[in-house]
Amino acid sequence: MHILDRKTAPHFRTVDKIKIIEADARKLDNGIPVYVIDKGTQDLVKIEFLFKAGVWQEPKRLISSAVNSMLNEGTSLHTSAQIADEIDYYGAFFQTENGSDWSSATLFTLTKYLSQTLPFVKEIFTQAIFPEKELQTYIQNKKQHLIVDIGRIDFVARKKFNESLFGNSHPYGYYAVADDFDKITREDLKQFYKQYYNSDNCTIIASGKVTQETFSTLNDFFGGNDWKGESAIPVMSHIPSTVNEKEILILKEDSIQSSIRIGKLLFNKLHPDYMGMQVLNTVFGGYFGSRLMANIREDKGYTYGIGSAVASNLHDGYFFITTDVGVSVCKNAINEIRFELQKLRTELIPIEELELVRNYILGTFLRGIDGPFALSDKAKSIITYGLGYDYYQKFINTIQTITPEELKGLANKYLHEDSMIELVVGKK
Amino acid sequence: MIKFERFVLPNGLKVIMHQDESTPLAAMNILYNVGARDEEEHKTGFAHLFEHLMFGGSANIENYDEPLQRAGGENNAFTNNDITNYYITLPSNNLETAFWLESDRMLSLAFTEKSLEVQRSVVIEEFKERYLNQPYGDAWLLLRPLAYKVHPYKWPTIGKDVSHIEDATLDDVKAFFKQYYCPNNAILVVAGNIDLQEVKSLCDKWFAPIPSGPDFQRNIPAEPPQIEKRFLKVERDVPIDALFMAYHCCSRNDKEFYAADLMVDILSRGKSARFYKELVKNKKIFSELDVYMTGDHDKGLLVVEGKLVEGIKIEDAEKIVIEELEKVKQELVSEDELTKVKNKLESTRQFSEMNVLNKAMGLAFAELAGDPALVNTEMDRYMAVTPEAIKEQAVTIFRESNCSTLYYLAKK
Repeated sequence: MHILDRKTAPHFRTVDKIKIIEADARKLDNGIPVYVIDKGTQDLVKIEFLFKAGVWQEPKRLISSAVNSMLNEGTSLHTSAQIADEIDYYGAFFQTENGSDWSSATLFTLTKYLSQTLPFVKEIFTQAIFPEKELQTYIQNKKQHLIVDIGRIDFVARKKFNESLFGNSHPYGYYAVADDFDKITREDLKQFYKQYYNSDNCTIIASGKVTQETFSTLNDFFGGNDWKGESAIPVMSHIPSTVNEKEILILKEDSIQSSIRIGKLLFNKLHPDYMGMQVLNTVFGGYFGSRLMANIREDKGYTYGIGSAVASNLHDGYFFITTDVGVSVCKNAINEIRFELQKLRTELIPIEELELVRNYILGTFLRGIDGPFALSDKAKSIITYGLGYDYYQKFINTIQTITPEELKGLANKYLHEDSMIELVVGKK
Repeated sequence: MIKFERFVLPNGLKVIMHQDESTPLAAMNILYNVGARDEEEHKTGFAHLFEHLMFGGSANIENYDEPLQRAGGENNAFTNNDITNYYITLPSNNLETAFWLESDRMLSLAFTEKSLEVQRSVVIEEFKERYLNQPYGDAWLLLRPLAYKVHPYKWPTIGKDVSHIEDATLDDVKAFFKQYYCPNNAILVVAGNIDLQEVKSLCDKWFAPIPSGPDFQRNIPAEPPQIEKRFLKVERDVPIDALFMAYHCCSRNDKEFYAADLMVDILSRGKSARFYKELVKNKKIFSELDVYMTGDHDKGLLVVEGKLVEGIKIEDAEKIVIEELEKVKQELVSEDELTKVKNKLESTRQFSEMNVLNKAMGLAFAELAGDPALVNTEMDRYMAVTPEAIKEQAVTIFRESNCSTLYYLAKK
């Protein structure tokens, strides 16, 4: 009888060719770019409206998120409750998202209810009135959220870390306090809304069952000249001002864990080294089997989780490591992190490990293009940077070909342990 | 409609396959029919600790994650009071890697002291991070023993106390594995871009040789009906008062579950729900308010959980919640309201079917509930719910003597 060999891994194939389905770039009659991904097995659509109306564009703290969250809190025709009733009645979802550079509003609906739900979206973009009463409720609830969040070490660490990197007056860095919420006025919201939520500042990504009919419906509602902007979008510029201290401790005497953030300003995905840094970061702290996880969780048991990332915004990027550890091992954990950073600079990544990481990243990429909504996210992350699909071909190529020597070079160039800010919330 | 095929291996492993050619991926989901309710009261948190140990290497494979990642795969797991569930997604042409890994750890674990020691520390840090060092993090540690006096749902999955995790021994681990991690106590679902014949032969090759484990009869005491209101008040270092009200309700597998579930949606799902409109927006009693059912396999809880607006007295807030619940007991919900939550459910279901892993998990849960076809027929049960059935659930559930109330107050 044949005896099953359980010791040897079955043969597997590496992902060598990835065929990404590209969005079809079209335009509504008024020139709004629409990226169409007509794919999928279910009769559903996701229509995402992107506006360049993120934190970067704010004339005053918190305005972009307040406008974005309150879009559906009342129009000149319907109250907030009426809008919610209608959208919910059709089983649709209206979600908003406020980002550093972009804000978006997304409708998810069964295709058959598109023409019933889209009119509300149009109304939300053109006739929102930001009622004072709703604004006061919004402010009150946001302040309550904030005072709860301030009790979380990881929240404080994230906020303080960003503030240390970018400075407290920079849109990527400011740490809003309760007072900032009180300063929001209805007038601020109306002005920001008028300036940014209009057809001149809009990009659409439509995915799912997007037939010709879907596109026409979209054009009927949003393709006209009835929601043009009145003035050009202001060009804003902000310069980061990083603190000088390298070690920052925010003491929480009674905490049983410490939240650690270590990192530095870097660059965003437009930089030629960004893709290589993605590979290096994955090795270091970007997946479950990463060096940080293997050492600090799986070998030492200091933490439930640890990870690192290269974060990209439209105008800047940064590298960071994040973890929560028991207070008694906080120093040890920091030393181990430094040790791992140093190792990246001084030793070549073994081929075996690098091959694993290549395969893992390509597998993750494959998961990231599975289904129309995933493809829509992939489209979004190039459109918002003005990149084309060749970006992904280059990315795949970099993953497949980058060498241990090049990665060591990147580590020396960008990840010197002494170049980082070390921030701890809790006890050291 | 999710098409599937089901068969049972001679060793008792139940296998369900679902083919979806629209994806380049395959998903494997293995559900072990064991959760925190199967623990002994002086050794809680064990099912979950065990889940961590499942990643510490198996009989023939030193490292679980590495070969999977090498094959482009990703995995995770979760434990709750009823089950422990493991799942993988990977490029479908590497499916055999998943069979190899999962069958080996079902066959036998490596059982090393080092792995136990490390995972004990990791889980203790998880305990701290999620339950002890988190505002309101211990609420469920308080609420469960208030609502349950007998049934093991009285402790949370993470465990009653950190010391239980510290005290776990390698012998405990081995005994637990022998009892529960056997093919006759598991459900395997393979879904995605797969060839059904191939999956069958892979099952024969990798899983069929694993011997069956002992049959066991679950012997969990039923929670006796609660006969009087229970109340607990605590003060903690949090900024805002929070109110928790836990009512006993049906199990996920009871036929009345569907009416109760839709009732919860009417109360609390989305911005058009009654609680949000009335208590958050209109009356401004709560800044956040949520109603949900635990959906457990034994009789579960329906929980109202909210954070109060500053200046509101918690007694008043509780009274107003009860008034709102009374309305559901007194008046039939409108047809419009009911249609709304049914529509929402239908679209949610469509959205969830876009994802092959969701479908795999859904099939596993349905099989555990007794019939994998429930993934397709359950919607009919929801659609059949009437306003009367909802009122009946409200009358059954929302009684003062059926409620455990927790005042979680900000220390002054």
